[in-house]
Amino acid sequence: MRKSLLALAAGLLLAGSISAASAADKLKVGFIYLGPIGDLGWTYQHELARQALVKELGDKIETTYLENVSEGPDAERSIEQLVRAGNKLIFTTSFGYMDSTLKVAKKYPNVHFEHATGYKRNANLSTYSAKWWQGRYIQGLIAAKMSKSGVLGYIGSFPIPEVVSGINATMIAAQTINPNIKVKIIWANTWFDPGKEADAAKALIDQGADIIMQHTDSPAAMQIASERGKLAFGQDSEMIKFGPKAQLTSILDTWGPYYIERVKAELDGTWKSGDTWGGLDSHMFAMAPYTNMPDDVKKIAEDAQAAIIAGKLNPFKCPVLGQDGKPIECKGGDHLDDGQILGMNFYVKGIDDKLPGK
Amino acid sequence: MELVEAIILSVLSASTPLLIAATGELVTERSGVLNLGVEGMMIVGAACGFAGAWLTGSIFIGALFGIIAGMLMSLIFALMALGLAVNQVATGLALTIFGIGLSGLIGAGFVGERIAPAIHLYIPGLTDIPLIGRVLFGQDAFVYFSIALIIAVWWFLYRTRAGLILRACGDNHVSAHALGYPVLRIRTFAVMFGGACAGLAGAYLPLAYTPFFVPGMTAGRGWIALALVVFSSWRPGRLVVGAYLFGAVTILQLHAQGWGVGIPSQFMSALPYLATIIVLVLLSRARTGGSTAPAALGTVFVPDR
Repeated sequence: MRKSLLALAAGLLLAGSISAASAADKLKVGFIYLGPIGDLGWTYQHELARQALVKELGDKIETTYLENVSEGPDAERSIEQLVRAGNKLIFTTSFGYMDSTLKVAKKYPNVHFEHATGYKRNANLSTYSAKWWQGRYIQGLIAAKMSKSGVLGYIGSFPIPEVVSGINATMIAAQTINPNIKVKIIWANTWFDPGKEADAAKALIDQGADIIMQHTDSPAAMQIASERGKLAFGQDSEMIKFGPKAQLTSILDTWGPYYIERVKAELDGTWKSGDTWGGLDSHMFAMAPYTNMPDDVKKIAEDAQAAIIAGKLNPFKCPVLGQDGKPIECKGGDHLDDGQILGMNFYVKGIDDKLPGK
Repeated sequence: MELVEAIILSVLSASTPLLIAATGELVTERSGVLNLGVEGMMIVGAACGFAGAWLTGSIFIGALFGIIAGMLMSLIFALMALGLAVNQVATGLALTIFGIGLSGLIGAGFVGERIAPAIHLYIPGLTDIPLIGRVLFGQDAFVYFSIALIIAVWWFLYRTRAGLILRACGDNHVSAHALGYPVLRIRTFAVMFGGACAGLAGAYLPLAYTPFFVPGMTAGRGWIALALVVFSSWRPGRLVVGAYLFGAVTILQLHAQGWGVGIPSQFMSALPYLATIIVLVLLSRARTGGSTAPAALGTVFVPDR
């Protein structure tokens, strides 16, 4: 009895390795997701991109994803698990995976890694991110045009450069329309807590804001704005069904083209480590349709979008004034350079608040 | 004055899920069982509550689904921790991890769907009174229910014989057993009550607080409820104060940021937890406090038959 069981086990193992060998012809591509996929939000947009990838190159590749992988030790285990499963190109899709990805990358030099929104690279580890602040600039124009109270409400997640540069781009744009515009900033200290995001939106509206801007992931703020008859911008995904009369536009993460490009490079053997920071022009993100605004405002938004894509408009065009009114050092010729934006830790003039930790 | 009213309204709705979940856990712990699975029961309650309301169009049935889901989750806990005498801490933590996964599974089809939120009470005349009208007479049913619930629990624990027996189980299960009380059965009921409350508290989030469902929407409120029970030193009266204090701190720190008060927001976010630690320290220093933790809390009881 025991012998036959052993034989059966051996047979199963053999069968397993055979099927693994036949699948090895296809390039295996792995993804690590921070949240559950769901129907909207950060992880969902990465999943949409993965689906676009499968649609484009499905006959040459095989994709796997692990969802709900928390940042920290879990991430390292999960990334390593994907390596052991034979994935040759692995996308880790959250800032907090940075150190874990680097650690695993150093351990497996023959596997290629792509880390979203990080800054640590290696010969086999690339980074990629998007210039969302370009979209925030457009939102700033719309917000200043649409606000009756002259007070914008901004829900931030964490005071990191990505969020701070978004606030600054919004303010710089808004001031071109209304020099006296005010912004109230509330830090939620979380990327995702619908209850707290809703409370933050309520607090901002109660304090006089009539446009709600968010840099957190749930549609709660949109829903509150909708309930209270105010206007708002979505984040990451299309959120219009949570505020059919409230959503002005939304920044949509569209990673698909980048993923297809990188996987093609891997297939050709031309994959090289690098850093990609794309904007509206390279389709790293897009703007949802401009809704709930008059045609002239819509035109301002569309013109700005076209100008940004054409390279004629840079939100951080010098001189950029700091809170004290003095110009910030201009390292990029006629605009702030990428490094200054990537490390942005100051507010621009007109923001009547203190940056946490400053 | 409108702002004050708005703040109080936000505080009440932010505190309600904490109060309901903590009330359930208070009863559970008073019977001597430490169920760390509150977050897991809450999140399953949120998913099932939303599912129920979405399928039937009724907030009431949604709430009922949440309660039943929480009770079923707590039964798993009771079976493991009481029936099989498995370590309560480990079982509770496992219940949370299980619940997070399960709620994602149940809720997967409902992400992005919306329902009509719970209706707020409106009594012409009374609700229109400035400042206090909407605060006292303009809430959703959950808010009034949570207050009735904690009063009922206080009355049960301190004014009924059954409550006395339940507390006896929590303080000394050997004696309670020797006196002939069915300790495990009483504890099972207490655990199920805790589950029902956690499930309802979870359901409150997608039914009234933010009327949509997304996975992970309880966002750690179950842990705050657990901390609240300790904060209250296992007393219903202090639990009410604690829950509203926690809610108030959360809401006021958001407003403080909007006003531009220069206190770091990270510090403000940590305040409820700091308060719990401070209370714990004060409790352990004041030896004459009377009721602190139930003496048999978290200990396994295996009756010799």
